[in-house]
Amino acid sequence: MKILVTAKRVTDPNAKLVINDDGNWIDDDVEYILNPFCENAIEAALQLAEAGDDVETVAIGIGDDEVQRFIRQGALARGVDRGIWVEAEEAELDSDGIARILKAVVEKEEPDLVLLGKQAVDGDSNQVAQLLAEMLGWPQATFASDVTIEGNEAIVTREVDGGLETLAIGMPCVVSADLRLNDPRYASLAGIMKAKKKEMDEYEPDDLDIDDLDPKVRVVAMHEPAGRSAGVAVADVDELIAKLATEARVI
Amino acid sequence: MSKILVVAEHGNGTVRKATLTTLQMARDLAAKKGSSIDIAVLGHGVGGVAEALKGYGAETIHVADHADLAYPLAPTWAKVIADIAQAADADVVAMSASTTGKDILPRVAARLEAGMASDVVAVVDTDDGPGFRRPMWAGALLADVVIDSDVWVVTARGSAFDAAAATGGSSDIEAFAADPAAAASRTRFVKFDATASDRPSLDEADVVVAGGRGLKSAEGFSQVMEPLADAFGAAIGASRAAVDDGYAPNDYQIGQTGKVVAPQLYVAVAISGAIQHLAGMKNSKVIVAINTRDDEPIHKIADYSLKADAFTAVPELVEKLAARG
Ligand SMILES: Cc1cc2nc3c(=O)[nH]c(=O)nc-3n(C[C@H](O)[C@H](O)[C@H](O)COP(=O)(O)OP(=O)(O)OC[C@H]3O[C@@H](n4cnc5c(N)ncnc54)[C@H](O)[C@@H]3O)c2cc1C
Ligand SMILES: Nc1ncnc2c1ncn2[C@@H]1O[C@H](COP(=O)(O)O)[C@@H](O)[C@H]1O
Repeated sequence: MKILVTAKRVTDPNAKLVINDDGNWIDDDVEYILNPFCENAIEAALQLAEAGDDVETVAIGIGDDEVQRFIRQGALARGVDRGIWVEAEEAELDSDGIARILKAVVEKEEPDLVLLGKQAVDGDSNQVAQLLAEMLGWPQATFASDVTIEGNEAIVTREVDGGLETLAIGMPCVVSADLRLNDPRYASLAGIMKAKKKEMDEYEPDDLDIDDLDPKVRVVAMHEPAGRSAGVAVADVDELIAKLATEARVI
Repeated sequence: MSKILVVAEHGNGTVRKATLTTLQMARDLAAKKGSSIDIAVLGHGVGGVAEALKGYGAETIHVADHADLAYPLAPTWAKVIADIAQAADADVVAMSASTTGKDILPRVAARLEAGMASDVVAVVDTDDGPGFRRPMWAGALLADVVIDSDVWVVTARGSAFDAAAATGGSSDIEAFAADPAAAASRTRFVKFDATASDRPSLDEADVVVAGGRGLKSAEGFSQVMEPLADAFGAAIGASRAAVDDGYAPNDYQIGQTGKVVAPQLYVAVAISGAIQHLAGMKNSKVIVAINTRDDEPIHKIADYSLKADAFTAVPELVEKLAARG
């Protein structure tokens, strides 16, 4: 079995993003991390590899050359067998473009399972896994909190509104990871050393015969949300009830 | 002419509020784009749902009633939604940003080669025509986006739009000859474990009370939060930490990666207010924080902060609310 898993970098959620005069956010000095949901996807790939016989794991990242570091440190150092870096200007791609690139790589690699994060915590789009699955004509199970392989099927528990849903989807298939899928491991020192020598294929979209990567969705302006200011401290429960009744008028 | 196709969400034969909030987004867009609105109802035995939606100003309600659509599996629903959109010549397809909408609509976008804006909170005017405002980075920034493809696909955040009111009139109801079979391969529904609750759902409640890690255990969580929810007739929510630690079911989670709510009153009990949590509740009308500390991020946005131990303050609050009658 072969598993393809994503490694996307995102801005550190704690970074303070500011908007410049062009109406875009400033990325000077912003730290990046591996997308937390990709960490769950990578951990799931490793656990499935450990549970099965003869499972190959491959990590893919799309972006500028900095992305290679996240593929090596975030995926290969943790135990993923090899990496694929697709060099592209990520800021010029929308989810549709990312999914097209992934589709081309899937057609080259022919994995049985593609594991992605349910969302990238920068754009918060939550689209790529589903787009990829439809482009491939494959089944999907999004927002996974449990994945096991039984024969030729992935049995996936999904976190959805109203409860937990279980689907059995035939491979090849696409699964997107939710945060409760697992606790991502740390890379060991030995893992970090080994990762330096692991194979990393590099492509540009042209090498993958992708004809159209023009974004369909364009950001035309950015705003800071209206702030909310701190209210008042109330001394005790009686004062809270009084405020709720007479000032806020919600009880 | 432009036509917006709104995909209805329903359960047990009734229309979910999510359908009406999406309809309101569609009305906002229609006003800018000069569009008419159609509704798609998918499922099995859903004639009553279509009837219930007749008075909301849609031109046509397309009903795809088919045994294979009884459960919203993404490949089959996406195929049928895309088929309806094409047959009706819709240039916008919209659904709520519920887990169902998030699961299905990107597949519709792929089928229609459409650009998609997820989780929009407003329809806006831009120099390039009508666009959508959507939060990014857990709501730290709001982006205005435009879609350049012929067809647009949109999911609407429920808490950001009012439920559309009925307008009178009567839509045409048309049966759509759905053919889900072609997309149905290799997906088997196994089971659904519903979170048992008699309370209002998080997206429909006027009051939400949410508990965090400070409640220390599942027992602590229910002992403090259940009576509080009873007192307000509220839905119960939780922080991710409370869910991760097993105090509350997963679909109670409020935040960037859980549910987004904007009730009249939000009571955060023993929650610190990490940015990912605030992303799911900071647009609530009135926010109360009950916390042993008074210097947590939640206090920067709370209207009323009570520095107190939840295990004593909440029972006192419940008792005193009851005494008010
Ligand atoms: C990618 C990603 C996505 C995430 N998505 C979400 C999300 O959707 N929703 C979400 O909530 N979080 C999310 N998180 C987690 C988030 O960062 C925080 O870890 C989490 O919200 C903390 O939960 P908490 O406030 O309950 O716990 P803590 O931060 O541990 O806070 C506990 C609070 O309880 C108070 N307290 C302790 N004892 C008492 C007492 N007896 N009485 C009163 N108060 C008391 C403490 O003072 C403290 O303020 C996400 C994180 C990541 C990385
Ligand atoms: N540049 C990228 N490189 C690799 N994977 C990506 C990239 N962008 C998005 N993904 C994957 O797609 C998932 C969903 O992203 P999104 O739809 O943008 O929220 C992410 O969690 C990743 O698994």
